[in-house]
Amino acid sequence: MAANEVLLNVVDLVKHFPIMKGVLIQKQVGAVHAVDGVSFDIRKGETLGLVGESGCGKSTTGRAILQLHRPTSGSVFYEGKDLVKLKGENLRKTRRRMQMIFQDPYASLNPRMTVGQIITEPMLIHDMTTQKDTQGHAERLLKLVGLNPAYTSRYPHEFSGGQRQRIGIARALALEPALIVCDEPISALDVSIQAQVVNLLEDLQAELGLTYLFIAHDLSMVRHISDRVAVMYLGIIVELTSRDELYANALHPYTQALLSAVPIPDPVIEANRKRIILVGDVPSPVNPPSGCRFRTRCPLAAEICKEKKPEFREVAPDHWVACHMV
Amino acid sequence: MTTQVSHPSTGQTQAHIANLTMMTVKPRSLWQDAWSRLIKNKASVIGMVVIVIFTLLAIFASVIAPHNPLQINSGKGFTPPMWIPVGPNGVPADPNFIFGTDTLGRDVLSRTLYGARVSMTVGFLPTFIIIFVGTIVGLFAGYRGGRIDNLLMRITDVVYAFPDLLFFIIVMVTLRQTPIGQMMNGLFLLFSALAVVNWVGFARIVRGQVLSLKEKEFVEAARCIGATDSRIMFRHLLPNSLGPVIILTAMSIPGMIITEAVLGYLGLGLIPSTNPKDFFITSWGASMLEGQTAINAQPWLLLLPAIAVSLVVLAFTFLGDGLRDALDPRLQGTQ
Ligand SMILES: Nc1ncnc2c1ncn2[C@@H]1O[C@H](COP(=O)(O)OP(=O)(O)O)[C@@H](O)[C@H]1O
Ligand code: SF4
Ligand SMILES: [Mg+2]
Repeated sequence: MAANEVLLNVVDLVKHFPIMKGVLIQKQVGAVHAVDGVSFDIRKGETLGLVGESGCGKSTTGRAILQLHRPTSGSVFYEGKDLVKLKGENLRKTRRRMQMIFQDPYASLNPRMTVGQIITEPMLIHDMTTQKDTQGHAERLLKLVGLNPAYTSRYPHEFSGGQRQRIGIARALALEPALIVCDEPISALDVSIQAQVVNLLEDLQAELGLTYLFIAHDLSMVRHISDRVAVMYLGIIVELTSRDELYANALHPYTQALLSAVPIPDPVIEANRKRIILVGDVPSPVNPPSGCRFRTRCPLAAEICKEKKPEFREVAPDHWVACHMV
Repeated sequence: MTTQVSHPSTGQTQAHIANLTMMTVKPRSLWQDAWSRLIKNKASVIGMVVIVIFTLLAIFASVIAPHNPLQINSGKGFTPPMWIPVGPNGVPADPNFIFGTDTLGRDVLSRTLYGARVSMTVGFLPTFIIIFVGTIVGLFAGYRGGRIDNLLMRITDVVYAFPDLLFFIIVMVTLRQTPIGQMMNGLFLLFSALAVVNWVGFARIVRGQVLSLKEKEFVEAARCIGATDSRIMFRHLLPNSLGPVIILTAMSIPGMIITEAVLGYLGLGLIPSTNPKDFFITSWGASMLEGQTAINAQPWLLLLPAIAVSLVVLAFTFLGDGLRDALDPRLQGTQ
């Protein structure tokens, strides 16, 4: 891994979904603040874990980076270009190097296309192959993800969830991407299958030099695969540091709460450790709390947390936190 | 999905077995699956056979018909069907006229065969135009949303609010004497009116499909791999919206055939032709109108076209039911 070379640079990314009302004349009455100003780098060859409770804006962040949802504001720099400013053909060409693996293996494959058509469509779109060479490419890609190359003429409904997820990975690999956004790629799978898919992703990373943004909803899932971990809460990143630092020395109260929910295999430690139980629900992203977003559930919340938004700053080398009390 | 708590190698063995099973079974698309479900449904198969038979009868009416449908046989009027020795008017049956003759001595069977042309054409021709227009409009409205979508929904509301039959009657009455009203012996106007009323149904159903499909991850995946909007619409959304379109097609054809028959019966459908070179000579609706004037003396005049209409309508309804079961949208995208 080239030390700390940045592949992708996200700056103050914001995505608001407008809420419209009215039958004939639509009026905007508010917005879902799905992502509300996140900044981070993704380094070449690393796996950056993105963790947070369901609904906190992880998928939206991933999609906004790939411009599948056009951001409300902010920038995403890739090879010196701001993807947010790219349009049409330029965007399509640049985005080739960034692909996505989806959460739902049943909804992410077109049920009317054969597996061969699904995984070679990207190459045909980008003129990387011709119709008569697709068969060879399809077989090569299936082998790459550990599926039988004889399956090219099969349809998605003939496969299991884990196999479908491999097909989705093959489709993403077809374009020889540099970055893959993995949006909870194992959450929908059987526990017995999850490890296989994670191992496949790791093998592919080693073999092809891929960079991953790996989204998950709990810390135990990303622990194994991530180099660094970003913790998200209600549209913002509250803590970002290397995996080992995070698990040993989490600074943000929210991260600490999440960590205390992860079971520890040692029964003595498990029985004696201090638990931080989160009370209450995640506030609505339509109307997020003032100041620090976590203050409604934070055991350390003070007056300043209500008035002032905590700055996301580097409190130790490579350890970023957004909290007044750190 | 099964949960496995057993030894890890069981998982491998099972995967291996699944692999072997898949190697021995032929690949099947969802369309093939649906087709095999459809042909297991007896009523649908009978429906399809009846439709094919009537379509062939319509196409080859001029070859099959034993007589010229326009030929007036003076002195042979009121002939009853073959199996009735003497009709109510004392006219004996004639083996030349299997289903008897009408008041003017024209062969009822031949006229009914020619009538199939109108009904089958009414069933198919406007439908194909409607499917084409409705599907494209629905696809764009659903995918793009915004103004096109709003406009479509308002037009749909208006069309649904207006009573269909009243609309047909008004159109046929007011425009019948114009050159457009005379085209294709009045059928062109009828087709146009049917199309105006029916295309919105198709547009709406496709729009609904597209609205739910476009949120699916495979559409997002398509955008991610660089597919253009038109590729997403025609390669990804359209094939997945066709199931309900096919069902709706089979379901709306009977309505159109009945509408033609009703309008024909009211004297507002096909303008009966006296030119033997015409493709459309008479329709079942027109035949029923002629038949009902002498219903007591010659019930067969009314009955034969009425039975034909019922058979065809029933056949399409059976087929539509079978298609609905075979293409059940709930099964799409799952095992
Ligand atoms: N297309 C959309 N339109 C409106 N709101 C959306 C849309 N997508 C996501 N949201 C909202 O944005 C918030 C973040 O969603 P998401 O990014 O999917 O969360 P996560 O992936 O972390 O579970 C949620 O409140 C969700 O309801
Ligand atoms: S800023 Fe205040 S409310 Fe927010 S996490 Fe820190 S202590 Fe808690
Ligand atoms: Mg998500």
